[in-house]
Amino acid sequence: MIKTLFARLKQGYRTIPFPVDSKALPERYMGRPVISVDVSEDDARKCEHVCSTGAIGKNNERFVLDLGKCLFCGECQKACSGKAVSFSRDYCLAAENKSDLLISNVKAGQARELSKKIKHIFGRSLKLRQVSAGGCNACEADINVLNTLSYDLGRFGIQFVASPRHADGMVVTGPVTKNMRLALEKTYAAIPAPKLVIAVGACAISGGPYKDHEEVNNGVNSIIPVDLYVPGCPPHPLTILDGLVKIMKKR
Amino acid sequence: MYNSQPQQLKGEAFASFREFRDRVLQGIRLGARVVSFWGYPAHDGMVILVMTLAFDKEGYLETLSIGVKGSYDSLTPCIPQVHWFEREIFEKWGVRPEGHPWLKPIRFENTHNNNQSLPSVTDFMRIDGEEIHEVAVGPVHAGIIEPGHFRFQCHGEQVFHLEISLGYQHRGVEKALIGGPDKRTIHYMETLSGDTTIGHSLAYVQAIEGLAGCSVPLRASVIRSIMLELERLANHTGDLGAMAQDVGYLPTSSYCGRLRGDFLNTTALICGNRFGRNMVRPGGVMFDIDEAMRKEIIKRLKSIFSDVRNAVSLMLDSAMVIDRFDETGTLTKEEALDLGLVGVAARACGIERDVRFDFPVGAFQFSQIPVSTYSTGDVFARAFVRWLEIQRSVEFILKQLEALPAGSINVAVPPLQKEHINVSLVEGWRGEICHSIITDQDGKISRYKIVDPSFHNWMGLAVALRGEEISDFPLCNKSFNLSYCGHDL
Repeated sequence: MIKTLFARLKQGYRTIPFPVDSKALPERYMGRPVISVDVSEDDARKCEHVCSTGAIGKNNERFVLDLGKCLFCGECQKACSGKAVSFSRDYCLAAENKSDLLISNVKAGQARELSKKIKHIFGRSLKLRQVSAGGCNACEADINVLNTLSYDLGRFGIQFVASPRHADGMVVTGPVTKNMRLALEKTYAAIPAPKLVIAVGACAISGGPYKDHEEVNNGVNSIIPVDLYVPGCPPHPLTILDGLVKIMKKR
Repeated sequence: MYNSQPQQLKGEAFASFREFRDRVLQGIRLGARVVSFWGYPAHDGMVILVMTLAFDKEGYLETLSIGVKGSYDSLTPCIPQVHWFEREIFEKWGVRPEGHPWLKPIRFENTHNNNQSLPSVTDFMRIDGEEIHEVAVGPVHAGIIEPGHFRFQCHGEQVFHLEISLGYQHRGVEKALIGGPDKRTIHYMETLSGDTTIGHSLAYVQAIEGLAGCSVPLRASVIRSIMLELERLANHTGDLGAMAQDVGYLPTSSYCGRLRGDFLNTTALICGNRFGRNMVRPGGVMFDIDEAMRKEIIKRLKSIFSDVRNAVSLMLDSAMVIDRFDETGTLTKEEALDLGLVGVAARACGIERDVRFDFPVGAFQFSQIPVSTYSTGDVFARAFVRWLEIQRSVEFILKQLEALPAGSINVAVPPLQKEHINVSLVEGWRGEICHSIITDQDGKISRYKIVDPSFHNWMGLAVALRGEEISDFPLCNKSFNLSYCGHDL
């Protein structure tokens, strides 16, 4: 017993404050990309050429980066030497609409407060069920980490629960493999309405690197409607936490 | 051939399957084991079977191949460790291993093509009788984990039989790799099993570099080995915490949850990503460790390790924990050898099997890590081997950082040799990762075979559960902690 108490003293208080300044993240961390005001044709082409998921390129005459497809590998930044795209350390990436995931040199939207009705119901507590539907266990692991004492998800009134019947919403990872589709649909159906769906990671938003494989669906919203998108491959735990907290407007 | 040293595709020719089989049996008798056994279609409905045998003591790999049509005599009755491979070959290419004791799909890959059943909707081995009941778990589990289906045949609380049915995570990786390498290839490697990003990407680059005949600068090799050991540290620490959680020992569970994150953050310090994405590329690594970072990593590692030691010894000193760990989920050494287990699960049965020691490449050729084993084969052994490995990995990383070789961190990679096969092995934190690449006449990837350690080990979990109480399943499962997507590909 006394050993347990000494251990407790040694291990100390380790819960991190939230929100934290993005400078607390490692210098090499790649968060929200920033598009330069003037992008030359040449740089745009270079970026488009190296991107493995088609996340970056010309869209209606504008140079756009789709956060939902981006794997945050930084190849585009390297190809254009940071002239067209550079990655900042801003970890706040979540958005409510797919269109808000498109980054150009005009600032994009971020997760906004939920509609009044939903907020009225979920405003103070949010119980979520997680379903992995082809996720590689990186997104899953960084969702799981929110339950550790470092992030202490419970302090925000958010909890992951063991049954869809107990849940207000569902967090989905993975591109939704064909083999998981039915299980995902059944879990969704088992959650009482009104319900939220949160897609975490490039796979769940767009299919990620598995886009257009015949074994997968290209993300969650090809099956069920999605209320919040959390980009990344995998998203940093702070990015996921930021999305969850913003959707409750608890800050 | 040696680890990651390519050989010409045209190998030894066998006159008949019988000759091939005799050769394999001879290898097994000499102490070899099967690291991979797979097939690919050739002309006229012929399927080429490729088997790689590992001679651990000699550090030597032997790759044999034979063409078959329609069916062949199953090797499983003589060599049980190929049972899962033969099922995979059957499912993928329709070649029937005659006499296989339990022939069913392992991934249910064709669900979308010909309306086959799902992994949970299939025939399971059933036991009938009074008070026998069946428990079905999954694909959606209570925790935040990947999907899989577990079917228990129980007598009261006691598990008579567990059948594990996977395939929910199948994303078609191997097929997508054909024709590469291209710009998506490395991203498939990094997401094959996301918690083993470094392990799988290392197996890939080793195979590619072997085929290209390119040698990586020493500094890059050492940094790669540091990344691999950091990955092991994070996962082993997390696993020990998860095992503590499953026996209700919350102090260690909470501390290890945090400490695992501290190891991941050290990985992120080096490459910006907690899982080691964007770090390993053919030809070297993408990020260097400068002097300030080197000092910072040493400082962090010493401090994290001191807390891990504290958290783990707390658990291992608790009689309550030891009571639950001891003699739970026991596998004998013979069972582990028969099933061809790898990694922590094998070493916990007293088998000295570790790629870093038996088939060293890169930095492990110069700086060896002793193989950590324990003899009891139970949950305790699997926990204790992890703790031994944590100590040795920390020691290894500190040693590497003390004398980081100078030089560049990457070189250009020449084109791949044509019509060659290369088999590369890496000791990931779960165990042996095996990647095999065959190149075509243009030096492109014509076949890619991945064997995650979980592929060998899932059956180990099923056998470990026999005779156990069903309530010990979560604990046994955590003590193996296998990958679903690494298996399903």
